[in-house]
Amino acid sequence: MIVLFLIASILISCGLFINRNEFVRYLLVGLFLVLLWGFAVYECFHLNQTEFGFFKTDSLGLLLLLALCVVALPALFHSFRYLEVHNTDETPHSKGLFFGAMVLLITACSVAYLSNHIAVTWIFVEITTLSASTLIYHHRNIRALEGVWKYVFICAISITFIYVGILFLSLSMKRAGIEDMSFTSLYSNRMKLDPYWLKFSFLFIFTGFTAKLGLVPMYTAGIDAKDKAPAPAGALLSSILMNLGFVGLYRVYAILAQTPYQSWANNIMIISGLLSIFVAAVYMTRITNIKRMFAYSSIEHMGLVVLGLSVGGIGTYAAILHILLHTFVKPALFFQYNQIYWVYQSKSIHDVGSYFKYNKTGAIVILLAFISATAMPPSGLFVSEFMIFQSLFEAHHLPMLLVVLLLLTFVMWGFGSNIFKLLFTPPTTIDETKIPRISPWESLSQYLLLGLSVYMAYNPPTALVQLINDAVGLIQ
Amino acid sequence: MIDILLITLTMSLLYMSIANRLATYLRILVMQGLILFGTTFLTLTDLNTLNLLLIMLETLGFKAIAVPWFMNYIIKKNHITRETEPYLPNFISLLIVTVILVSAIILSSFIEEEFLDKTFFVVAFSTIFSGLYLIVSRKKIITHVIGYIVIENGVFVLSLAVGNEMPMLVNLGIMLDIFATVLILGIFFNKIGDVIKDPDVNLLSNLKDN
Repeated sequence: MIVLFLIASILISCGLFINRNEFVRYLLVGLFLVLLWGFAVYECFHLNQTEFGFFKTDSLGLLLLLALCVVALPALFHSFRYLEVHNTDETPHSKGLFFGAMVLLITACSVAYLSNHIAVTWIFVEITTLSASTLIYHHRNIRALEGVWKYVFICAISITFIYVGILFLSLSMKRAGIEDMSFTSLYSNRMKLDPYWLKFSFLFIFTGFTAKLGLVPMYTAGIDAKDKAPAPAGALLSSILMNLGFVGLYRVYAILAQTPYQSWANNIMIISGLLSIFVAAVYMTRITNIKRMFAYSSIEHMGLVVLGLSVGGIGTYAAILHILLHTFVKPALFFQYNQIYWVYQSKSIHDVGSYFKYNKTGAIVILLAFISATAMPPSGLFVSEFMIFQSLFEAHHLPMLLVVLLLLTFVMWGFGSNIFKLLFTPPTTIDETKIPRISPWESLSQYLLLGLSVYMAYNPPTALVQLINDAVGLIQ
Repeated sequence: MIDILLITLTMSLLYMSIANRLATYLRILVMQGLILFGTTFLTLTDLNTLNLLLIMLETLGFKAIAVPWFMNYIIKKNHITRETEPYLPNFISLLIVTVILVSAIILSSFIEEEFLDKTFFVVAFSTIFSGLYLIVSRKKIITHVIGYIVIENGVFVLSLAVGNEMPMLVNLGIMLDIFATVLILGIFFNKIGDVIKDPDVNLLSNLKDN
């Protein structure tokens, strides 16, 4: 089924690239959505089965695949609104390119979640770079070119790092006499692997995945990319693509888990996580570009996720829950961004204000999404963030906990002062006659996504808890 | 013989650190491609013929011919000036690359590994880090691309060290080569040339937080 899905999606994507007909384009996109959901439902009934040798539907992969399916619907809907209604200078060619790249990105992510072989994950990470770069360069101006250039270059270096890590992993396997490089075989032989090369390998693979996951040291590429890509694409880059980095990191970390070198890996992740939160806090307090502010908020959340993962205990559960809820919250902000841009024609915080006056439904979304993204109750992320703090406390990392709390206060202050400026302070100059009327229906998907994140945090279905616990079982 | 080839590869890095013209860089890339071609032939003795042929074709056709030729075409098309424009004087560059080499050798002396030929390790590491140094110390965007290709050559040497047992990894490395180089060079560098003439990193530094 997985190969069938892959082939069909690639064909649809190619079809979108060459097709010029309006009707056929939306037929193909609709077909892809049906295919994606069908695939996800099929995988639900085939949990823990190996397919085609290289793929295995495990709990973590399935969870993220389902989250991807939920986000893909509004992402493609908002792409349609963005290209057809609000952006009049699009050509059939540019629309086809955009939708083809979106389909390719979603496909590559969903297949990579289920990969049971590090080389296969690596190949699909490459494909996401290709499709993401097409999306970033959508507007074809010099700023977009700069963003895409930086993104491609840093991603190229990051996949080289992952490749070097895989080479070291193979050396460590050679010592142990293991031939099979699948994750299942690596987990069962984790005690036999040669520690020296295993550590080297983790270091390189971790550094490589930080480009996708959005952590120090390679987070920079993602920020520019999310800034320059059209907002529906930015929503995918800051949710499902970051999840791909998380899956890669989680699976490689699981090899080291329960071995004596786990604490060594934890230290690396703690350093990277803390630095990421620090970087996010520094930039959030002085940032003026709304879209980049959303991107930095993702960096902060990913920092918290790896902290939870590295501390262990309840932190591992919280990390998975956090990444899942973040997948719903962050796209809501990005989808809403377009409406802000249509009202003010600017992404600078200096040009915006009194948003409640111009677009009430959208302003309420922004307020709710702000509460969600900064993890204030009743936000869903509050639950997972609280559990991460709890795990830090239980692991006796008190100084670290205090530092993180302090930094998060900065993040909240920076985020909050910008959002309240947008919502309540009157703008300096604005031509009120030029403001388009924005249909309240365009905000519906954002309400649903935010509501879903709250529901899943406070009243998680039994199946969800079961799946997260299964995924945690890989490490503990 | 393998050792001689690998040492020549390392020496080419020293030459690269003091070269003044882009054309020299391209010639060095051609030479590195040829060296990798020879090393592949001599190292991967356990591989089946078809796979070996594929790998050798990639090193010769892609690394030694296609990439330098295409870069030359880009340089001509965009009228990029022939100076490499380093940020640091050549003498310091030479010193830094030497330090990289020496540290790779010192690092390798800590490794006790029967399965890894240390020469490969030293050469690969010094090539990767010299490539990184080239990227950070040169002004033009095209020299960044050249630095990236040098890194890839280093990674290729490393993959040869494990190539006989795991040919899949070498094939993966070739995928990386072709994919990343085509993406960087083919699509974007061509575009950058269309949008800005004589590309310089300073023109691509407007995306920032202020």
